[in-house]
Amino acid sequence: MGMIHEIDYGTKPSAATKLVTLTIDGQSVSVPEGTSVMRAATEIGTQIPKLCATDMLDSFGSCRLCLVEIEGRAGTPASCTTPVAEGMVVHTQNAKLAKLRRGVMELYISDHPLDCLTCSANGDCELQDMAGAVGLREVRYGYDGANHLGATKDISNPYFQFDPSKCIVCSRCVRACEEVQGTFALTIEGSGFGSKVSPGMSEQFFDSECVSCGACVQACPTATLMEKSVIEMGQPEHSAVTTCAYCGVGCSFKAEMRGEEVVRLVPYKDGKANHGHSCVKGRFAYGYAQHKDRITKPMIRAKITDPWKEVSWEEAIAYAASEFKRIQRDHGQDAIGGITSSRCTNEETYLVQKLIRAGFGNNNVDTCARVCHSPTGYGLGKTFGTSAGTQDFDSVDEADVILVIGANPTDGHPVFGSRMKKRLRAGARLIVIDPRRIDLVRSPHIEASHHLALRPGTNVAIVNALAHVIVTEGLANEAFIRERCDWAEYAEWAAFISKPEHSPEAIAMLTGVPAADIRAAARLYAEGPNSAIYYGLGVTEHSQGSSTVIAIANLAMVTGNIGRRGVGVNPLRGQNNVQGSCDMGSFPHEFPGYRHVSNDTARGIYEREWGVPLSAEPGLRIPNMLDAAMDGSFLGLYVQGEDIAQSDPDTQHIVGGLTAMECVVVQDIFLNETANYAHVFLPGCTFLEKDGTFTNAERRIQRVRKVMSPKNGYADWEVTQMLAQAMGMKMNYAHPSEIMDEIARTTPSFAGVSFARLEQEGSVQWPCNEAAPEGTPIMHIDHFVRGRGRFMIADYVATDEKTGPRFPLLLTTGRILSQYNVGAQTRRTENAQWHPEDLLEIHPHDAEQRGVKDGDWVKLASRAGETTLRAKVTDRVALGVVYTTFHHPVTQANVITTDYSDWATNCPEYKVTAVQVSHSNGPTEWQRDYQAHSNAARRIDAVAAE
Amino acid sequence: MSKMEDRLVHMANQIGKAFLLRPYQEAVDETAAHIKAFWEKRMLTRMFAHLDAGGAGLDEIPRQAMLKLQQALPK
Repeated sequence: MGMIHEIDYGTKPSAATKLVTLTIDGQSVSVPEGTSVMRAATEIGTQIPKLCATDMLDSFGSCRLCLVEIEGRAGTPASCTTPVAEGMVVHTQNAKLAKLRRGVMELYISDHPLDCLTCSANGDCELQDMAGAVGLREVRYGYDGANHLGATKDISNPYFQFDPSKCIVCSRCVRACEEVQGTFALTIEGSGFGSKVSPGMSEQFFDSECVSCGACVQACPTATLMEKSVIEMGQPEHSAVTTCAYCGVGCSFKAEMRGEEVVRLVPYKDGKANHGHSCVKGRFAYGYAQHKDRITKPMIRAKITDPWKEVSWEEAIAYAASEFKRIQRDHGQDAIGGITSSRCTNEETYLVQKLIRAGFGNNNVDTCARVCHSPTGYGLGKTFGTSAGTQDFDSVDEADVILVIGANPTDGHPVFGSRMKKRLRAGARLIVIDPRRIDLVRSPHIEASHHLALRPGTNVAIVNALAHVIVTEGLANEAFIRERCDWAEYAEWAAFISKPEHSPEAIAMLTGVPAADIRAAARLYAEGPNSAIYYGLGVTEHSQGSSTVIAIANLAMVTGNIGRRGVGVNPLRGQNNVQGSCDMGSFPHEFPGYRHVSNDTARGIYEREWGVPLSAEPGLRIPNMLDAAMDGSFLGLYVQGEDIAQSDPDTQHIVGGLTAMECVVVQDIFLNETANYAHVFLPGCTFLEKDGTFTNAERRIQRVRKVMSPKNGYADWEVTQMLAQAMGMKMNYAHPSEIMDEIARTTPSFAGVSFARLEQEGSVQWPCNEAAPEGTPIMHIDHFVRGRGRFMIADYVATDEKTGPRFPLLLTTGRILSQYNVGAQTRRTENAQWHPEDLLEIHPHDAEQRGVKDGDWVKLASRAGETTLRAKVTDRVALGVVYTTFHHPVTQANVITTDYSDWATNCPEYKVTAVQVSHSNGPTEWQRDYQAHSNAARRIDAVAAE
Repeated sequence: MSKMEDRLVHMANQIGKAFLLRPYQEAVDETAAHIKAFWEKRMLTRMFAHLDAGGAGLDEIPRQAMLKLQQALPK
């Protein structure tokens, strides 16, 4: 296996359909109108020297190396900025051009260190390549003149260094930061000879606004911006394309390797979700795979107060299986269950639910999507006929109005956030509905037309008010509704939504949003013409999460914003494989492909495939499992790749349930918080150590490729298979591709999916079957999956979580860019430098009333529990609202959140908790007790470990 | 009422409220269908027992929905 080298065409492709034919060095070539001469030349294999050009960026024309001659035109135009023309005759090589190019290179090299042999870019340096390409043999100017060779390196960023002595001021880094990432953290400071790249106002990279996405490093043609890993290890020798294991964007990366060591992960230009871009997590935060905390040997213990004992795989698997069998024998077949992971592959998730349904003999399987996007499944399923997001990511390029509700794309889905920002800079209008002033509201060259800073818990009221304005002001798209939706249902819904109590004026006091702003936002969304909704967990994680999803679907249908590019309803999935884990039948009421367990046809397919009778009744959801554990009827749990003790709400309830169980089996790469309550620990492996597929938020199925041996000895699917065999199942897959074949055989929407196809096409978006052989980038084009779109009445119902004198503030929670969910991965990387602790954002007025200053330790208390953390005083949150992240187990934000949940799906109400904030002198009693238990529970028997 | 029953009653009432604006019988039917589709049998068993004991705390629509489900049980 060698290195994967993508062709750099120098400039971006043209979207034109009309072809233009020209001649380059005597060779005829036809390319789309608008293509640059440089790109046309590259299409036929002719390399025109270049330095400032790269096809990720707009043409710039500054380096003067790509000069060409064009017959009939004066001078030597830059090929990167010159578009092709019909009949054009281009010469890319002649004596005149060679002399000009050598002259340009001489100037560059006269102010560049000549340390190529010891330079970290040796072997991967465009400047070096160009010196060779133009035949540079001497530098007539010498090296003694004024130069930048003594410029000081900036090593402040943990992942890359900036060595200005090697900079040729091509501006590729600055342009990448602007055009690709959209942060505008870099600039060219000074002019002429004094020009230099500067992060912010001559700051260090780490102190600047740089978000460490890596776009500048990738764009740099020299060793000026270079990964520290390359400096330390040298150039990679082979690479493989794989899929990021962080958020639901599903970025493709080249894992560039030396043997079994990762040198760096570089975003893959042909990745259809990310088109060559990345964020600080995917690009750099993979070091957790090698972290010293990795547990690589199986362990067991009789009681959670015992130290762990390392054992063989055979003993661990046999112990887990015997315990599960014992519990079933003593307490019934339904006394055990399992939880699948949205961080694991489709194939692994499929196997876990198969083990539970066919091996355990019940439907007690659930997944972490329970606590994030389960309301999406319910709401979109009821209205459109499928839980799927309606668009691909590329669709945003054609949106005229973007409505972001309850999502923070620049932090939670950063690569898509950059894509969205690009579209906004190009002129699309933006509406943000969020209690917090997220970065999108106002950032360089972007300003939301409307920020509706609603009170947490009032989503349904706001979305219904938008619909009220649209219907009562005659902005509904009647033609679309008549053609695509059930008119009678629409008429009933329209009568409901037109009632005065849903008007912006009526709900202004409730939501805290001025009526005029709601009316203006509604008109903007309705006028589009292409209006797209993007939403996240700020929609779903409420007691009315499903109702809000339904209200959003109504809004899209009433304006006809469904079924074409640039529009749609787009749930931004939190974890890398949330979509896939849901698709794979991880919910207790559904088989893979979202078919209810009571569906005889679907059940029959699996009974024949698996050779056992299956239960037709829904199993327990995660919170119900814990309730049943406290009740004594659910005593065994297999948890693959999840950490419910940290991620799920009302920690004390979770811990109570786990403690009540007799056998908890945790399969993970680290001793996570849930493992503190486990009896068997089965070491897992990272995405770098196994084969499989992930499915991203746009339903795109992509390969995960093994680039190193599993540190624990087995891929996660193999561990599940061993457990299944020990439980008495016949399960003998030799490779994950065989699991995907079974998925395709049994799941209509995956019928056309196979590893062979993914190998050939890179990715495919489900549904992919006979009806859609090429996959389905956009859903509901001619008709809704359910036939006609269904308008459903979703009335606002106030949450039972109320503020009052004891708990007067509302807490809402979220993520930050550098950390990922429970932080198990990112906390074990240098990303921790950006976010070493969870902070409590509090409005200046609320802080002043409590005498709280920025940086003070405060106690955060709710009806569920209390914790301490430091305060960050900011008007980013509205008056009466506080906000924190949940990345650190020391803080345990979920000690505070309650067990209230969505009415339809039990998705927890993370986003609304009544709290009080007061000064604190130290950790709470809960934090002290938890830490003591955590320390004790992580002991590994020293003698047995040897 | 135990904590678990309290929780189940709360869940059932939440579901009932979601269908409150439907015609009465439709609201009962939708609530019953939702519970049947998503609740595990020991949750149902617990609620039926609670219903037999008077069904304290249950709103009218979920009460009727639970009764409907209970009556549909095989004799």
